[in-house]
Amino acid sequence: MSERFSLRRIGAVLRKEIIQMRRDRLTLAMIVGVPMMQIFLFGFAINVNPKHLPTAVSISDPGVYADSIVAALQNSSYFEIVKATNSPAQARRMLDQGEVSFVVEIPANFSRDLVRGARPQLLVESDATDPAAGSNATAALSELFTDALRDDLKGPLAARAQTAPAFDVVIHPLYNPEAITQYNVVPGLLAVILTMSMVLMTCLALTRERERGTYENLLAMPVKPLELMIGKIAPNIGVGAIQSVLVLLIAKFVFGVPMIGSLLLLSGALLLFITANLAVGYTFSTIAQNQLQAMQMTMFFLLPAILLSGFAFPFRGMPVWAQWIGEVLPATHFLRVVRGILLKGNGAGEIWPDLWPLILFLFVSTSLALLRFRRTLD
Amino acid sequence: MTSGLAIDVHGLTKRFGPKVAVNGIDIAVPYGEVWGFLGPNGSGKTTTIRMLCGLLHADAGEGTCLGLDLKTQPDAIKRAVGYMTQKFSFWEDLSIRENLEFVARMYELDGAREKIDQTIARLGLTKRQGQLAGELSGGWKQRLALAACMLHSPKLLLLDEPTAGVDPKARRDFWDEIHRLSAEGLTVLVSTHYMDEAERCDRIVYISLGNIVARGAVAEVIEQSKLFTFVVEGEGARQLAEKLRGQKGIEFVSFFGAALHVSGRDRTALEQALGPYRGRDGLTITEAVPSLEDVFIQLQEETIGSAV
Repeated sequence: MSERFSLRRIGAVLRKEIIQMRRDRLTLAMIVGVPMMQIFLFGFAINVNPKHLPTAVSISDPGVYADSIVAALQNSSYFEIVKATNSPAQARRMLDQGEVSFVVEIPANFSRDLVRGARPQLLVESDATDPAAGSNATAALSELFTDALRDDLKGPLAARAQTAPAFDVVIHPLYNPEAITQYNVVPGLLAVILTMSMVLMTCLALTRERERGTYENLLAMPVKPLELMIGKIAPNIGVGAIQSVLVLLIAKFVFGVPMIGSLLLLSGALLLFITANLAVGYTFSTIAQNQLQAMQMTMFFLLPAILLSGFAFPFRGMPVWAQWIGEVLPATHFLRVVRGILLKGNGAGEIWPDLWPLILFLFVSTSLALLRFRRTLD
Repeated sequence: MTSGLAIDVHGLTKRFGPKVAVNGIDIAVPYGEVWGFLGPNGSGKTTTIRMLCGLLHADAGEGTCLGLDLKTQPDAIKRAVGYMTQKFSFWEDLSIRENLEFVARMYELDGAREKIDQTIARLGLTKRQGQLAGELSGGWKQRLALAACMLHSPKLLLLDEPTAGVDPKARRDFWDEIHRLSAEGLTVLVSTHYMDEAERCDRIVYISLGNIVARGAVAEVIEQSKLFTFVVEGEGARQLAEKLRGQKGIEFVSFFGAALHVSGRDRTALEQALGPYRGRDGLTITEAVPSLEDVFIQLQEETIGSAV
């Protein structure tokens, strides 16, 4: 007649969960399939280093140099010249209307200034509403122009080519000066993927038992709420670990995301983040009456996690109220942690400001789940 | 053990919102007896059983199960009582053995392995122990459920309509098992809709709309009903039912196979009502001891019939 906390009972629940998980093919497929799908869809769709971007060239100074620049742009796979005009205003209008992503403007007297060594300016305007879209193309520009003009700067002008750059490339990323790179997106996906699948895994934990009629049996047994919760959450930590490894491997070998910081530290943060999300899902399952309700609650949690965490939009660009909501979500903090560790090589001290909210969140959601858990069918 | 009663509860009450599901019932079951719990659907049988095993809080009332207090010792009650739910409530995606293993670990049983082996062997499922519980037929599911409830050797077994949807042979085997366990000292409270099962109980309790309306041994309950029944048999008996229904003195008419049971509490009025049909060709009218079913129909008509 022991009233103590029983590791054996936790083990019983844990074993049962693993067996059931193993037999549930759809869930198994979800464990691997969903993160793969997300990382490839998001990873590639959000930033594929797009090529053949429509470009307008505004030529106020036609001549051999202009021809070379146009030819070089044509030859590079990044740009596709859809319009060559002598009106800067028309080119700009095309950019405004989204017909082109780039406008390359060859100003009046470009040839003369170049020959004189007056370092003329080549103006490039880019549509940066989706900054990631044009970032690689933009990066390629400067070198592209230098190469283009090298052949033309011969003989007496050879000196201009050597004391490069003979001209300045001025790039105006318009509409959105903050550039998000692919390196930002893929680590962020780790946060989104884990939020989604972890909450989904546990939000059904109790509602499934309830709908199958096994809940009553479970309650009739001498299992304590905390034992049940640990037994139900623990196997999913393993699931989260598998997904994390999968995502990180893809991030490194497919997307070439740099991993500067400590992977051990990242693992610790991952464990915290995974458990926090599992606890949220479990809390939902103590509140929801059936699996459908649990799924609906999950959607309510997932949407802000994707939209307000800084994954989809730059966090600082959001209105203050949205930032407050974002600050409550574990995904927001984990996003900063994972980007900090991977990209900036942050250490424990630097990520602490985002680590303690995760700990607090885990504590609160666990307490809520245990508080909400009814040991009777009332 | 204080009272010598396995179940000893008083004034047990449960409300769901404005609806009173169980209205202050008293039950006292001595150790080692098999009690039947009867009553129409929605009468509060399941609710009562759930309160007894700690799955529902009683809104009022008090009492003990196996000498353990319902309010203060629900955990101890859970460990000492075996409860078999109305609907199969083991895990269909676990095998027979895995289900039993899970239960054994939940109750932290010593020598679980041997116990499980024995249980499976006794069920005759040794060869099928790896089969998923969901693949079992209704009868086998019910036997597995009973075995699983008995795994931790409870002293009191609460069975909620254990034989619903099970074939007659399996039902009979199930009851043989109940009596065998009872002979070993187990106390059983079993809810059922079957009269033959009720008749196999030491005592029955009939509950309707949350109130106990009859209790005692089967013969006592029949006697308490003060009911008289005439059996009408033969040609045209069926056609007679509509004519007899609603006549003065006839409280209800029901079919038993080809025969008609005509019952009422006023014997004289009953005789008068049946008078015109006596002596008809091929029709026999004889008085009989009311069956338990007659009594239950009467109880049901009295309580629910008047409430509707």
